Amino acid sequence: MKAPRFEYVRPTRLEDAIGFLARHGGDAKAIAGGQSLVPMMAFRLAAPRLLVDIGRIPGLNGIAVDDDGIRLGALVRWRDIERSAELQRAHPLLVEAVRHVAHYQIRNRGTVGGSLAHADPAAEMPGIAVTCDAQIVVVGPRGRRIIAAAEFFAAALSTTLAADELIIEVQLPPWRDNRRWAFEEFARRRGDFALAGVALFYDGGADGTATNIHIGAIGVGDTPVRLTAAESAVEAKRITASIIRDAGAAAAASVKPADDIHAPGEYRRALLGVLTERALARAAGLALREDA
Amino acid sequence: MSGRATVQFTVNGKHYAADVEPRTTLVDCLRHDLKLTGTHVGCEHGVCGACTVILDGAAVRACLMFAVQAEGADIVTVEGLADGDRLSPLQASFRKHHALQCGFCTPGILTTAHTLLSEEPDADADRIREVLSGNICRCTGYVQIVEAVLDARAAYKQKWAAAL
Ligand SMILES: Cc1cc2nc3c(=O)[nH]c(=O)nc-3n(C[C@H](O)[C@H](O)[C@H](O)COP(=O)(O)OP(=O)(O)OC[C@H]3O[C@@H](n4cnc5c(N)ncnc54)[C@H](O)[C@@H]3O)c2cc1C
Ligand code: FES
Ligand code: FES
Repeated sequence: MKAPRFEYVRPTRLEDAIGFLARHGGDAKAIAGGQSLVPMMAFRLAAPRLLVDIGRIPGLNGIAVDDDGIRLGALVRWRDIERSAELQRAHPLLVEAVRHVAHYQIRNRGTVGGSLAHADPAAEMPGIAVTCDAQIVVVGPRGRRIIAAAEFFAAALSTTLAADELIIEVQLPPWRDNRRWAFEEFARRRGDFALAGVALFYDGGADGTATNIHIGAIGVGDTPVRLTAAESAVEAKRITASIIRDAGAAAAASVKPADDIHAPGEYRRALLGVLTERALARAAGLALREDA
Repeated sequence: MSGRATVQFTVNGKHYAADVEPRTTLVDCLRHDLKLTGTHVGCEHGVCGACTVILDGAAVRACLMFAVQAEGADIVTVEGLADGDRLSPLQASFRKHHALQCGFCTPGILTTAHTLLSEEPDADADRIREVLSGNICRCTGYVQIVEAVLDARAAYKQKWAAAL
């Protein structure tokens, strides 16, 4: 359980960090909060020869809210989000999802950028990024580019980020005032990775119909996914108990989680259906009969 | 860049410099290099909470940090909670409520609960349970731990009131 040997650098400029990553190719890895990478190194699932500590690069831990949306620096920690009164107003779904990330001590260190780059299929932040059409801003030796969340997650623990690129920021589109939303996940113990989770929001029209519905799920595939079939079951409709049941069934039918040591695939699939129903009911302010 | 690195930080108000391999975790550095063995190490991969220390005011897992990352930090370990031989109010409450049996988890739980009550002296049982979900105790069943933390709140509230 000891990490393999490595060399360690702690640049204070982004260009220098990228320079180290570029020069050392796949042998180098960035470390931010270390809450995923250190366990990976302890298990020797990761063995970088050079660790580039980006934790003290200035300018990467800002939270900004304006008319264009929300911008979170890569080094923003879970605790910063959890405690931000501004984000509670500007993106309550994000804050609620992040409250489900790991435990107190881990939330004090873990970062937004690290979670996106680590790309755990059950992680909350990638799920929010995909559900909310986030844009991920990355910088490398060839300059800066923006990757849509939908294009970012390639497979479990794998992204379209190059080895010498760093995430500097994630951008979430602005949150509307009349928005209804919910986040539901199930984990065996508080703080564990979710067996499955659902994030959703929609804009409530004056006539009670749901428009602009976005539903995303974590823990039910290789990457976070949008549940487009469930979205179609809800879009432009008034949310009722039967619409909720349809959406839950559509959600469950649209995924094919694999069996693993934590749960059989069928279990996660059924769970996703239930969580989708609960989330929709909560967002719509309807009471759901558990035996329905 | 070389095989070893010097790291300097403050632990319990005392300045330390240690010569470590970059791969040395903070918890190993505290225990082996600084001989501060109050901080325990259980799982070494971030799930048990035994290694929790307070780093610049925040409870963190010392097995999920390399010592070199703590350069310049202000660290408090369980040894730093008591005032000499006088138990801190939280520690005294643990004794009063029999909130430990073997004591293996206790350093991590004390440091965690100390930061929680320092920041949220009104934390209720639910919040305390949520925060302590990151600390595994094989002995107590947690009931007395939660009672001890609840009972210690008065001392932290007084500190807050005095600071205002
Ligand atoms: C016991 C335990 C339970 C957990 N439970 C959950 C959970 O329920 N939900 C959840 O979401 N997470 C959970 N986590 C993981 C935690 O949230 C991590 O903090 C997070 O996934 C990674 O963030 P980090 O800053 O610690 O990244 P690090 O560990 O520092 O890095 C992770 C990876 O990202 C890369 N990286 C880091 N920053 C950047 C960047 N800016 N640009 C490019 N690459 C970068 C690193 O090279 C590495 O490959 C848990 C962790 C533990 C130990
Ligand atoms: S030893 Fe650090 S969490 Fe278990
Ligand atoms: S008292 Fe023995 S593990 Fe908690």
